[in-house]
Amino acid sequence: MLRGVSIDAAAGDCVHVAGPNGSGKTTLLRVIAGLLTPEQGSVTWHGRPIAADRDAYSGSFSYLGHSDGLKPEFTAHENLAYEVGLRRKLGASSIDETLARVGLTQSRDQPARSLSAGQRRRLAMARVLLTAAPLWILDEPFTNLDNAGMNFLSEVIAQHLEAGGAAMLATHQPPAIPRHAVCRLDLA
Amino acid sequence: MDRTSPAAAAMLMYRRDLLLAFRHWDQVAQPVVFFAMVTTLFPLAISPELGELRQLAGGVLWVAALLAALLGLEFLFRADHADGTLEQMLLSGQPIALLAIAKGAAHWTVCGLPLVLVSPLLAISLGVPAAALCTVMLSLALGTGILSALGAIGAALTLGLRRGSMLLSLLVLPLAMPALIFGARAIDLAIQGDAARGPLLLLAAMLVLVLTLAPLAIGSALRISAE
Repeated sequence: MLRGVSIDAAAGDCVHVAGPNGSGKTTLLRVIAGLLTPEQGSVTWHGRPIAADRDAYSGSFSYLGHSDGLKPEFTAHENLAYEVGLRRKLGASSIDETLARVGLTQSRDQPARSLSAGQRRRLAMARVLLTAAPLWILDEPFTNLDNAGMNFLSEVIAQHLEAGGAAMLATHQPPAIPRHAVCRLDLA
Repeated sequence: MDRTSPAAAAMLMYRRDLLLAFRHWDQVAQPVVFFAMVTTLFPLAISPELGELRQLAGGVLWVAALLAALLGLEFLFRADHADGTLEQMLLSGQPIALLAIAKGAAHWTVCGLPLVLVSPLLAISLGVPAAALCTVMLSLALGTGILSALGAIGAALTLGLRRGSMLLSLLVLPLAMPALIFGARAIDLAIQGDAARGPLLLLAAMLVLVLTLAPLAIGSALRISAE
């Protein structure tokens, strides 16, 4: 599916993976995340193939896929405590602060299944924020978000880039990241 | 960034799965209810004569426990796969084999341990003497542990299939047969008043073997299924 694709991202870079449906945007992101093994070619992180130390590599990025990766039975707070807790130790108030940041303070103790699709996307984004990884791999992150949510997410990505992070996004619409140029990779 | 240690991550995964299980009481109760129902059907179908039941008790208890333990296996990774949390688990940067052990341990706590705990009651109803009850519990504790580990491999392998439960049984049951043979034999020996140490030690050796190899197999199978 993917042929002749070469992509390079440094700290502060934002890469927009574009292309029509079925062009391989999700496949590319899954290959970069190490969830799919390419038949040919390689993915390297800091100059080393990711297969050399998969666990160390996985710890250095945050992945938001098509599904939100939330347990419907768990509350918003529990989802973050368990999913992010696997990766890093969390301070007592860090989850509440992040929930406030993504506008979900009211839904803190609500099960994820009772949240709207947009709220679940915000909660999934809260997980990405809390993970505090240098690389963000986001597959259609703006799906189901309202205008305020989209603006908020763009601003959050801009702040992440300013803090020395990098981001890769697969979206249909070109993302408008404030104060940052976006490098476009077209898979068409 | 203060990373979670692998041991702490495994503990968190264990607690998470227990909490999830207790939010689905029906799934927790299902294996025990099945185990109790099957073992109580035997006296009705064969004979209420305790002497006759005693001869079959080891086999009945083990077959019923084996099938009951199979019931919950299909759901071991399925929900995590469906809601995307399995992907996040694979990308957590923690050794997947260790997380698999934690999930298997939680599954055993919820599905295997209750079977072990109710087994003395059911054994008494089948005419097993009080002196053999320890052997019943020990053999089932070892056996359900083996089945949880073997079953987790099968569940991970059949994860991508729409109707994997049939294939799961076909994969797991033949592998569990040695455990069934030695487990039932241990109970028979104990009922007759003989030492059941030999078969129990063999069961323990099997458990150590599957606990050593299964986590690696489960981890690889999960990575393949997530692709």
